[in-house]
Amino acid sequence: MRRRPRVASRIFLALIYLFLYAPIFIMIVFSFNASKSRSVWSGFTLDWYTELFSDSMIISSLTTTIGVSVIAAIVATIAGTFAAIGFFNMRKRWRSPLLAINNIPVMNADIVTGVSLCLLFVSLGSVLKYQLGFGTLLIAHITFNIPYVILSVLPKLRQMDRNLVDAAMDLGCTWFQAFYKVIIPEIMPGIINGMMIAFTMSIDDFVISYFTAGSKVQTLSMTIYAMTRMRISPKINAVSTLLFLFILLLLIIINVRQIRQEEREKKLRTLKSK
Amino acid sequence: MAKELIRLRDCTMVFDDDVVLNKINLSIKDNEFLTLLGPSGCGKTTTLRIIGGFVKPTSGDVFFNGVRINDVPPHKRTVNTVFQKYALFPHLDVYENIAFGLRINRHEGRRLSKDEIHSRVMEMLEIVSLKGFEHRDVTSLSGGQQQRVAIARALVNRPKVLLLDEPLGALDLRLRKDMQIELKRIQEATGITFVYVTHDQEEALSMSDTVVVMDGGVIQQIGTPEDIYNEPVNAFVADFIGESNIVDGIMIEDGVVEIFGKKFACLDAGFAPNEPVDVVIRPEDVDIVDIKDGMLTGTVTNVTFKGVHYDVIVDFKGFKWLIQTTDYCPVNSRIGIKIDPDGIHVMHKSQYSGMFGDYSSYSAEYEEISDAELEPEETVSEDKLYEA
Amino acid sequence: MKLKYLSAPYIVWMALFVVAPVIIVVVYAFTSAAGEFTFDNFAKMGGYVSVFSRSFLLAIISTAICIIIGYPVAYILSKERARQQRILIMLIMLPMWMNFLLRTYAWMSILENTGLLNRLLTLLGLPAVNIINTPTAIVIGMVYNFLPFMILPIYSVIVKIDRSLIEAAQDLGANAVTVFRRVIFPLSLPGVFSGITMVFVPAVSTFVISQLLGGGANMLLGDLIEMQFLGAAYNPHLGSAIALVMMVIVMICMWLMNKFGAGGEEAVML
Repeated sequence: MRRRPRVASRIFLALIYLFLYAPIFIMIVFSFNASKSRSVWSGFTLDWYTELFSDSMIISSLTTTIGVSVIAAIVATIAGTFAAIGFFNMRKRWRSPLLAINNIPVMNADIVTGVSLCLLFVSLGSVLKYQLGFGTLLIAHITFNIPYVILSVLPKLRQMDRNLVDAAMDLGCTWFQAFYKVIIPEIMPGIINGMMIAFTMSIDDFVISYFTAGSKVQTLSMTIYAMTRMRISPKINAVSTLLFLFILLLLIIINVRQIRQEEREKKLRTLKSK
Repeated sequence: MAKELIRLRDCTMVFDDDVVLNKINLSIKDNEFLTLLGPSGCGKTTTLRIIGGFVKPTSGDVFFNGVRINDVPPHKRTVNTVFQKYALFPHLDVYENIAFGLRINRHEGRRLSKDEIHSRVMEMLEIVSLKGFEHRDVTSLSGGQQQRVAIARALVNRPKVLLLDEPLGALDLRLRKDMQIELKRIQEATGITFVYVTHDQEEALSMSDTVVVMDGGVIQQIGTPEDIYNEPVNAFVADFIGESNIVDGIMIEDGVVEIFGKKFACLDAGFAPNEPVDVVIRPEDVDIVDIKDGMLTGTVTNVTFKGVHYDVIVDFKGFKWLIQTTDYCPVNSRIGIKIDPDGIHVMHKSQYSGMFGDYSSYSAEYEEISDAELEPEETVSEDKLYEA
Repeated sequence: MKLKYLSAPYIVWMALFVVAPVIIVVVYAFTSAAGEFTFDNFAKMGGYVSVFSRSFLLAIISTAICIIIGYPVAYILSKERARQQRILIMLIMLPMWMNFLLRTYAWMSILENTGLLNRLLTLLGLPAVNIINTPTAIVIGMVYNFLPFMILPIYSVIVKIDRSLIEAAQDLGANAVTVFRRVIFPLSLPGVFSGITMVFVPAVSTFVISQLLGGGANMLLGDLIEMQFLGAAYNPHLGSAIALVMMVIVMICMWLMNKFGAGGEEAVML
């Protein structure tokens, strides 16, 4: 490893990380700014945070967001897990096209997914006398969450030793017992990961919620959008700081779990090879 | 007298507090087929990688034609490697894989022309019997075919030395035997020095001019295959190569060794009078005779039919011997044995004494797996070898 | 009881909420407000050529910048030691999870005429720049938001290149530059293709970035669609036509990625 190129590449990397994080840190710093300015510092204050907690719009949209995200994540995890197991046991002829359809919400531009669901709800709504609201929002979130769960669980199913299920049945299990005694524990890391990713995607979503929530219901992102258009106060900065910390925490948890899992698997491998 | 090409002098390699190589001294000659043989973890692959330049020894020197090359990177050494998993470039076809080294190097001071490259590559394909495969996708080839492409790719550069890292491990038995003959033929035809790494002692014995037996980062013995087989220098080598019964003995005087309290004539000399020694007797050198004619008597505990011969386990006063014979002996019968003087080989005691040679089980692991106290060993992971 | 029937409920769900919406969009795209079959909507799109070309141009520029910056970053990261790699990659991923409205908004405060950038420049005695509400600001916003989507696929492909291939190339006489040119770069291309797909698609369809950083003046396809559905010019038929075009673009990118790309799954998941 030669020395000189390393210094240059480190400077380059540092600049990139600076580029990525400077705006975030500026937001965090100015969330404590005593004045409304976004660029002039006038002193330290926690006022914006306290205002945040008394803003009813923000509180209600936060509640909505958490509600939708939690419910959508749970439903998506259960449905996605069953779907993944179902797909895994299919012949390729059926599985490939189904997986391709499954990938549509993932690959499609957000706006297309949002707009198409909006059209669906509006057309059905006029027939079924149903308006855009929490229900449609929930359906939309579940729809784009399930594919992520499937994408998280399927690889685990592929990695699973097929003989395990046969072994269980050989020892007397019915297929149902083999299912929850053998399959579920083996793929549990994938299920949990999928649930966390679904939850995070829901919390973070803006575009799809924008088109499917209607006028009476707002998610946190939608409220933030309204706030940014009005450019009113550093409450926005306070919101982003809190969100940033929350996401940081979630990511740390996900990664620590992954590291622990990988080390467990590494240990098993060196023991087995002896 | 063959010229010395490569010399390792006092090479030591330490990874994370693990001493992988301990003061290795090795001399490799021109036009030689030399094999580094030993169990996994003994340091043979590390030695090979030091010669190739992928790893620098923690201390010690490497010489090539008398010149110290410790700091010369791999791409500047006139040494080529055949990797264990072939390492063929998946994005290039067979022709381009083989031509790779020719396209980038300046051979003999000038860049090769398109025609020269073409003729060399075709010549190589002929040598490894892969004519017609030029435009095949390497990922679609079988293990044996990929092997040959890897060999061609290395040899086409006309290196002085070819390093082979357990190249036949992934092939099945009969193909492996054919490839062994093939490799030997290529080495003799090209006159290139082959440095070959394997843990398979049969392979080493059948192909090599010189065998270097290693264990625990230390060279145990260097010699021709016959020397290593007939005159192992310690219990480790005796046990690693072929099957051996190794018993405690006392060297009474030159030509006379005492085991189990009886004196046997042997051909060894040069030991101190009454020196405690390890005595090696190969299973095929033991004759089964009537009890009254036998030099020792024992009880048969196990007989296994192996086709070519019977494996007979015999108990002599608690020590189990393996005898290979075409005579059938029923279990629990008492038999006598006779050993000719040239069937006995005496060795000095070493750190390995007592570890091998008793046939209560064929492997050390068999007893270990029933021992609840034993903790699994940590093997030096392969990734560490690549990190240097 | 066959396990494959476990997926039946989801298949029904997909039919309702993934397939049906797409069909409805297609139907709307080809019908008029009165309900008759027509190509009018597509014809009307012709009046918005400037919007289309602006969206494509800005998306292509942003994608190109992401490759130029992102490839070296991915390469450098792949050479770090294992433990540091993990942390550095997580740090690349972290901004991705921050709400992208807020990330875009942050750039507003930097790029504004009275924003931090101009304050810094005047402090250094340099002239102030007017970046906000120009296409440049939109490109900056896009690169900022989507750069990690280019870095991660390229990184995950380079890191999986078998170490022994690099050693084999060195063994055959290749120095560091040659190793990169003849081994690493060709083998990393699938990651680049994935990255292009994962940057281009959101770049060409965004509407938030153009509104916050481009002002009203620089309208992109996303803005156009939004206007047709929730905005003043309510015309879901036209909007569907544009959305259909966008879907076709996505499908082309998906096909390209399937054929030539790799490393995309990790970037999507993490």
